[in-house]
Amino acid sequence: MTTIERTVGAPMTRVDGLDKVTGAARYAYEFPIGDVGYVWPVQATVARGRVTGVDPAPALARPGVLAVLDSGNAPRLNAEAEVSADLFVLQGPEVAYHGQIVAAVVATSLEAAREGAAAVRVSYEREPHDVVLRADDEAAAIPETLTDGGPGFAERGDTDAAWAAAEVRVDHVYTTPVEHVSPMEPHSTIAQWDEDRLTLHNSDQGPFMSAQLLTGLFGLEDGAVEVVAEYIGGGFGSKGIPRSPAVLAALAARAVGRPVKIALTRQQMFALVPYRSPTIQRVRLGAGRDGRLTVLEHESVQQRARQVPFADQTVSSSRMMYAAPSARTTVKVAPLDVMTPAWFRAPGHTPGMFALESAMDELAVELGMDPIELRIRNEPEVDPGTGKPFSSRSLVECLRQGAARFGWERRDPAPGIRLEGRWLVGTGVAASHHPDYTFPSSALARAEPDGTFLVRIGAADLGTGARTAMTQVAADALGIPLSRLRLEIGRASLGMAPFAGGSLGTASWGWAVDKACRALLKELDAFGGVIPDEGLEVRADTTEDVVNRPEMSRHTFGAQFAEVRVDRDTGEIRVDRMLGMFAAGRIINPQTARSQFLGAMTMGLSMALLEIGEVDPVFGDFANHDFAGYHIAAHADVPALEVAMLEERDNSPNPIGGKGIGELGIVGAAAAIANAFHHATGQRVRDLPIRLERSREALRAARTLEHGPAGGAPQQVG
Amino acid sequence: MKEFAYARAGDAREAAELIAQRPDATYLGGGTNLVDLMKLGVTDPGLLVDVSRLPYDRIEHRDDGSVLIGATVRNGELAGDPGIRTRFPMLSQALLSGASGQLRTVATVGGNLLQRTRCVYFQDVTKPCNKREPGTGCPAVEGAHRDLAVLGTSDHCVASHPSDMAVALVALDAVVHLRSVDGATRTVPVAELYLLPGDTPQRETVLERGDLITAVELPAPPAGAAMRYRKVRDRWSYAFALVSVATSVSVADDGSLADVRIALGGVAPRPWRASVAEERLRGRRPDEETLREAARAELAAARPLPDNAFKVDLAVDLIVAGIRDLSTRKDRA
Repeated sequence: MTTIERTVGAPMTRVDGLDKVTGAARYAYEFPIGDVGYVWPVQATVARGRVTGVDPAPALARPGVLAVLDSGNAPRLNAEAEVSADLFVLQGPEVAYHGQIVAAVVATSLEAAREGAAAVRVSYEREPHDVVLRADDEAAAIPETLTDGGPGFAERGDTDAAWAAAEVRVDHVYTTPVEHVSPMEPHSTIAQWDEDRLTLHNSDQGPFMSAQLLTGLFGLEDGAVEVVAEYIGGGFGSKGIPRSPAVLAALAARAVGRPVKIALTRQQMFALVPYRSPTIQRVRLGAGRDGRLTVLEHESVQQRARQVPFADQTVSSSRMMYAAPSARTTVKVAPLDVMTPAWFRAPGHTPGMFALESAMDELAVELGMDPIELRIRNEPEVDPGTGKPFSSRSLVECLRQGAARFGWERRDPAPGIRLEGRWLVGTGVAASHHPDYTFPSSALARAEPDGTFLVRIGAADLGTGARTAMTQVAADALGIPLSRLRLEIGRASLGMAPFAGGSLGTASWGWAVDKACRALLKELDAFGGVIPDEGLEVRADTTEDVVNRPEMSRHTFGAQFAEVRVDRDTGEIRVDRMLGMFAAGRIINPQTARSQFLGAMTMGLSMALLEIGEVDPVFGDFANHDFAGYHIAAHADVPALEVAMLEERDNSPNPIGGKGIGELGIVGAAAAIANAFHHATGQRVRDLPIRLERSREALRAARTLEHGPAGGAPQQVG
Repeated sequence: MKEFAYARAGDAREAAELIAQRPDATYLGGGTNLVDLMKLGVTDPGLLVDVSRLPYDRIEHRDDGSVLIGATVRNGELAGDPGIRTRFPMLSQALLSGASGQLRTVATVGGNLLQRTRCVYFQDVTKPCNKREPGTGCPAVEGAHRDLAVLGTSDHCVASHPSDMAVALVALDAVVHLRSVDGATRTVPVAELYLLPGDTPQRETVLERGDLITAVELPAPPAGAAMRYRKVRDRWSYAFALVSVATSVSVADDGSLADVRIALGGVAPRPWRASVAEERLRGRRPDEETLREAARAELAAARPLPDNAFKVDLAVDLIVAGIRDLSTRKDRA
């Protein structure tokens, strides 16, 4: 008899790792398919207006070109479908943003499609556009709800009175720019029709939900759409729903009566894939001399496409992080002539916590209080926004244990005084937070007559390790070794399941897998443990379990630490080291979890110092639209990163015990770096990214102060 | 598909014959920039004459201290050459600060010199650009110009030259060896290879059609020189310079600067020899005030735009820091 070891909690190597590194894993674009057409979009060169004419003749005259689609001849979509307005591809002549798909060429080769697209002549009636977000945009309005379902405006207590009475106040504006999602695998699709059935091989975070969306958009019968997404090279939110290129592929396949494929170029990614909205945030914190917050005010102005009511939950962390008795939180969204922004890793919380956690650091400096102590003093007993108990909340533990690991106790709080050679050195801390979502899911578990088991779950593995985690959960629930288990994921037809977004995958899918496996074992017991000849299968659905959970405030927390150095001559910034201390329930797989945290912290570093989509006001697009111009952290930028995970028991009834971790690691990282920059230089930068010109401006201001009456020059410490 | 012909030249004569065949023929070195530009539609040659395998692949260290670097020597190989690393460290540093390991393995010395600006408008064929289509205008002045030039620009073009290697070569008084289509050879200092944009930004170098770079010659380094290439950029690898400075100093016994050479990158349409600053510093002691005054004099001619104004002060600070660090170094040769 063999002993079955539990795999949940073990640092298991990815089950699909070998397939990926050897190229055996098939991504959406790679499925072999005969007689395929290639689609190349023709993109608007104006940011607002209407297409007055599309001349397909020069393209049609080229060899290999099968069709030129435009809003005049493209198949009709179901105009009643309740989907984002930007998905009604080629349904009308209006141009809502620069780069929008206004026509497309289908050809028998990729090259012919591309050349054909270049030959299509499009004429426009151009209207003046506005693509620049301004804090005082008169059209900016408070949305009824944010993407997390919370209200656009919320207030508790008497904020104005509390502000007027506050002993200590900080009041500043913080900004974050457009950030592009930039997954390694571009958005790509193969679309194939069989009469009124559509199969999409799509780089997709949620095959089941995408199939439902497309069923509605194309006005098809339930179950008529299959979406296959077996392997995905990153999504970070941008593949949460099908985007316009996927819809275009389905339209084109319909039009030419054969399967077609599309993969965006990197340049097209910048124009056709949603991005993180820029934000202009004002945070006002009032506190007593004892450091207890009396008032917290957070307003975020952000942008949306005119037709698409998207509003990131930028102030939502501020609603529950700290025990301020009065708080006012507002999101305002300005409609502009831009592509819709959308989810990007920890939507809202990432820019929102940059602002809040920078402001907390400013308050700590103002109070002369250690920033960790300040946060601990404002730890709430229950969710201050809703009054609900937390299912678990380990922020204080993360701060304390993180501080011990990082060596925080040795820190001299005085800013701008440590000099090592030509480098000013400083350290910073920030809290990290993300909601812990669980969505209903279904799963199927099947015992085969040969003694093996099959588990089916409509999950998607973006590269995070979901396939591995679900394998672990299923094997443990069934009590079998991995060799007897087969797991299928990545198809809509595997059944109802939420997408891989909002860090909710593992907890949501895992619950359903666990439930199905345990139910199967029970059924097997009824057969005396003997598997019937035709096998035995059980489908489980967690909808009721999820809905009937007790009312609780469910979140994950962490603490981010950073040490940076700033060159006094040039303003160059180096991040020496970062530590992320996270608590997210039970960790299913410490190895893949660590990778997720490392990746997210790297994104936070990149956000702090490098990333900015440069809006071109004249043309209405992004001036930098490739990886030479849009800088993402390279290896040389990423220092010693340390990830530590705190074991945490969560009081929610999910048998998995795991909370989502995908997004937690990015939140707060940029604030920790910005706070460390302040500690190093004595100057605050409130606008991201902290590039050279901003760093140099800060150094200049620091030098001016140094030479003033109260100035003290930095001392060599190294 | 856009078709183009490809021919590999075995020697310089053959290369000249091939390039003369068609007016839309162009030389191909490592292709790390040209092929990108073809993909972007910026350039559309009908014939690529591959000169990357011409017999110019040697680095010859001569007895008089000079070095002849063949035009097809790869950037990575040049950076790693022991003689270059010890006697011309700034050249090795400049090369290693550019591109990535993969690109340096492919890119040639000749190609590096002739790479094009990375101005986003030049590279986007849906936008106007005086360099790409003369007379269409320069959107960078009103638009994205943070990475572009502050010196030597004109109303027609504010593009910056992207090469790191060329900046070091200019500081080292390097000379380019050229061979014209009729077989005649001549030399041009690297500093005089590039034209300022004026009202003809489409003309970037003094090369005549069909001219082939066969070698770059480095004269012997100045006696007792300490030298360094320092590049400031947005991230710590794989990014073009915001500002870079190649500095070489020889300090006399009395502490004055016997020889000083400064070249700047990232600030001008060509690698920028800081002759004004050099002039003011030669024979002087490099105290902070003298250095700063000289550097400011060099940048006095700068015509920055709103988003690249920071480059002016940064260039000043880099010149000052460069000479200060080198002239106080203990390990001077």
